[in-house]
Amino acid sequence: MKMCLAIPAKIVSIKESIACVDFGEGVTRDVNVTLVDVKVGDYVLVHAGYAIQVLDKTEARETIKLWNQVFETETQNSKK
Amino acid sequence: MAQRLRFKDPILAKRVASEIRRLSEGKGTVKICHVCGTHEWTINHYGLRSLLPKNVEVIAGPGCPVCIVPASEIDEAVQLASKGVIVTCFGDLLRVPGSTTSLLDAKAEGADVRVVYSVSDAVKMSFEEAAKELVFLAVGFETTSPSTAVEILNKPPENMSFLVSHRLIPPAMEMLVEMTGFSLNGFIAPGHVSTIIGLKPYEIFPRKYAMPVVVAGFEPLDVLISIYMLMKQLDRNKPDLENEYTLAVQPEGNPKAQKIMDEVFEIADGKWRGLGNIPSSKLSLKRKYKTFDAHLRYGLGIEDGLDLKPGCCCHLVVTGRIKPTECPLFLKDCTPQKPVGACMVSTEGTCQIWATAGSS
Repeated sequence: MKMCLAIPAKIVSIKESIACVDFGEGVTRDVNVTLVDVKVGDYVLVHAGYAIQVLDKTEARETIKLWNQVFETETQNSKK
Repeated sequence: MAQRLRFKDPILAKRVASEIRRLSEGKGTVKICHVCGTHEWTINHYGLRSLLPKNVEVIAGPGCPVCIVPASEIDEAVQLASKGVIVTCFGDLLRVPGSTTSLLDAKAEGADVRVVYSVSDAVKMSFEEAAKELVFLAVGFETTSPSTAVEILNKPPENMSFLVSHRLIPPAMEMLVEMTGFSLNGFIAPGHVSTIIGLKPYEIFPRKYAMPVVVAGFEPLDVLISIYMLMKQLDRNKPDLENEYTLAVQPEGNPKAQKIMDEVFEIADGKWRGLGNIPSSKLSLKRKYKTFDAHLRYGLGIEDGLDLKPGCCCHLVVTGRIKPTECPLFLKDCTPQKPVGACMVSTEGTCQIWATAGSS
């Protein structure tokens, strides 16, 4: 795990302090949302299982696309 | 806006690089320091140093939270593990050398050391292992410490306690500025730490030290544009504090996280591996939460450890005084497979980044 790294994700559902988030293309995980005020549909930065900040929606969508591109490139490279 | 979304556009990158070159003309050496392992990764992975003019140097400061954990704190965790306490930690910490052994060595000898993705996983584990005692080794900068604070506020089960090793970044930056013979010209401030602390803690740098600061994101263009912003400040001779990472960093940071941290932690002086003692740079539990302090619970008190093995230059690497390639052990006796120093252990350590991505 990179300890300075935080990854953008979209809130899919919330139950008390735990939200299910989508990191893009269906990769989901439960994260703790105690540190932020969020609703379903919001984009957050996730670090070590915690949402640490809310992101601007339009900019987050672009970041997720870019992350997917990075993952694709890495997968392609590892296949080579 | 359109420009912000083109994080990796090579044409734009070349344009920014040529602007940086233009601003660097006629200037002496410009030393820019970042304090984040992910920034170093971006700079290396995308070869950003090769785009910069010769007189603009980007130095990797103490930005790897794992690399700066002193050996004494690893020794304490190893001591607990060997006593039969379950020690949980982030994966990067496993191989960080203690004075004689790492947590991975202890695990190989039969100790119960477990890697977790999040402090909440450690709490879950402590419920499942109700008959045993469990400790979470809490390392990390301001990005990570709020999550520890949340779990402590939620009152974890009685069999769980914490070795709190959290450190604060701005005091380390101040130490770098005051370090004699280092003569920095500007800081790229860490984006994700700043999502929590906001901009205020950096105000001291332009005000007291006439030192430009730009808070930066982690895409290659985020970093290049931040260098350009710093060069512009230097060119105008107007040191300022600017925010490039507006996508995630609010000027006030995350007030909710700050409040929770204030409730749980107090600030103390702290030792950093390779840097020595830095005033007001460590978090420790406030009196009312001391019941979760593993130091008190188990009577730990290891003061000094062996931070540097013979020949290891991690202390010079984390302060940017030498490049990893200038260390005599680099990729000879010290490799990612068999690290000697902490900077080669972590995926955010400068030496490991240079060893795996190559120097740019």
